Amino acid sequence: MKRKGTLRQILLITDGCSNQGEDPVAMAALAREQGITVNVIGVLHEDTPEYQARGLREVEEIASMGGGISQIVYTRQLSQTVQMVTKKAMTQTIQGIVNSELQQILGNDYRVDDLPPEKRGEVIEVVDDLGETMDLEVIILIDASGSMENKLATVQESLIDLSISLNSRIGDNQFSMYAFPGKKKDVELLMDWNGRLDSLTTIFSKLSSGGITPTGPAIKEAIQAFTIRRSKRSLIRDDASSDEFLEESGM
Amino acid sequence: MMHHQMNFSKSPVCNLTPGTVIVGKWHKNRYTLMRRLGFGATGAVYLSKDANGNKVAVKIGQDNMSITSEVNVLKTFSRVQGNVLGPSLIDVDDWYYEKKQYPFYAMEYLEGENVLSFMKGKREEWVGILLVQLLTDLERLHKAGWAFGDLKPDNLIVVGPPYRIRLIDVGGTTLIGRSIKEYTEFFDRGYWGLGSRRAEPEYDLFAACMIMLNMAYPARFEKKAQPEKQLAAAVNKSPLLKRYRKIVINGLFGKYNSAEKMRNDLVHTLSTYKKQAPVADQEAMSRSVRRSNQKKKKTKILFETLLLASFLFIVYMFYLVSQTM
Repeated sequence: MKRKGTLRQILLITDGCSNQGEDPVAMAALAREQGITVNVIGVLHEDTPEYQARGLREVEEIASMGGGISQIVYTRQLSQTVQMVTKKAMTQTIQGIVNSELQQILGNDYRVDDLPPEKRGEVIEVVDDLGETMDLEVIILIDASGSMENKLATVQESLIDLSISLNSRIGDNQFSMYAFPGKKKDVELLMDWNGRLDSLTTIFSKLSSGGITPTGPAIKEAIQAFTIRRSKRSLIRDDASSDEFLEESGM
Repeated sequence: MMHHQMNFSKSPVCNLTPGTVIVGKWHKNRYTLMRRLGFGATGAVYLSKDANGNKVAVKIGQDNMSITSEVNVLKTFSRVQGNVLGPSLIDVDDWYYEKKQYPFYAMEYLEGENVLSFMKGKREEWVGILLVQLLTDLERLHKAGWAFGDLKPDNLIVVGPPYRIRLIDVGGTTLIGRSIKEYTEFFDRGYWGLGSRRAEPEYDLFAACMIMLNMAYPARFEKKAQPEKQLAAAVNKSPLLKRYRKIVINGLFGKYNSAEKMRNDLVHTLSTYKKQAPVADQEAMSRSVRRSNQKKKKTKILFETLLLASFLFIVYMFYLVSQTM
């Protein structure tokens, strides 16, 4: 089968505002520049939702700068949300690519929406097809600050659910996972690149929650991890040309 | 994609007032909204009147992607022979509202009742009959290369009389072999840990069995630590599902690889199942006894007719033989 390129995403799961290191909104902008989409899920506390208002504004800002999607949910809705946000962001990225292709053919300011409904169907079929068959790389960043402690079991469950959804696709998936703060460092690798997420139970038991929330450094670390993986891969395989196209126009 | 109502419910096109007139950008058709029939992840459906005063259902969506792929599905459905899979598509267009463009489509308005409210007060044979009808449609859908995906009572309607179950919301319909586009946890095989979210007949059959469980437990139930055992116990404990027990268990655990097989088993159960001493239901019992007496009488007549026919045939053979000699 012909390779169709790779979509790269950062999935940030947090419950509040960062207080350490680089500005996460700026780091999200940096990620986007490199063709990586940043999606954010803000987890609400059932008992103190109003306390979090400030942190949640940050959630929206990170996602909007990172060209991704943000969603704020209560813990119990996490499973549905994680997979919905991931898939929707994939579609959005692909649609962005298709739109810019259309603009090259038909002129600036031309979008799928400007096509008559009869023609639109075929374009959407292409988007649908790419979403199903393209490879996907996701780095999951988990906020392990103290207030998240009693939510980690649900986070784990929702990531397993995400893996069920994504592994039902035709395209390949690779996941990697970091916690912030880690035991020894601000950002700690929990799981290196792996096709599945069902071995999470042991990983999560190793997590210990700390007091600081270094969201910015976590995004920075994820960008680096993508860069390293990319350079390794282009050494092994000469598929840089097909990837380049996506990196340039990833929006 | 997932049913995610909190986003769309805030959209201006989700809360349009009755009397709002929608005119399509491309085809210039006019629709007057009468009332909202429902809303989901991808859009809101309104009962409307077209320019000639006919009732139609109009679905207005937020983003092009999901509305257009639903239109694609409805178009494919109209190519499947017989055309009873889902409502038929009438018009596809865009509407400008508050400086934004919203995609919409008009489809046949199916008047009917929600499956669960239809089942209220109905007896267990209706579970089987509705399921047989549903499986007939699913079999055709699967043969055409699609899985329905988001199969649940909200996406089904009972029209009639004569009563017939119909599929109404095609938002989850996915090409077989791909990942399910849209699903609802209670009816989703992946959620219960009983398989992937790959579109295939088994995925829909699991959901069909969960619909049966939903008929038995209208309030539904939460997932517990051992979902497999939990579902099996729920099936076994339900009086409504008693006669279908084996079939539901087989469907839940992926033992049927086609809707037709499950349908055949249901038809067989419906036509052969004998109720064990229905103490409370005297009238039904005497009715069924009367029926079985009639049946016995019928078979007796049939037997006598056959006997007479074969006798006549033998006589005729003798006659023929004697003629040639």
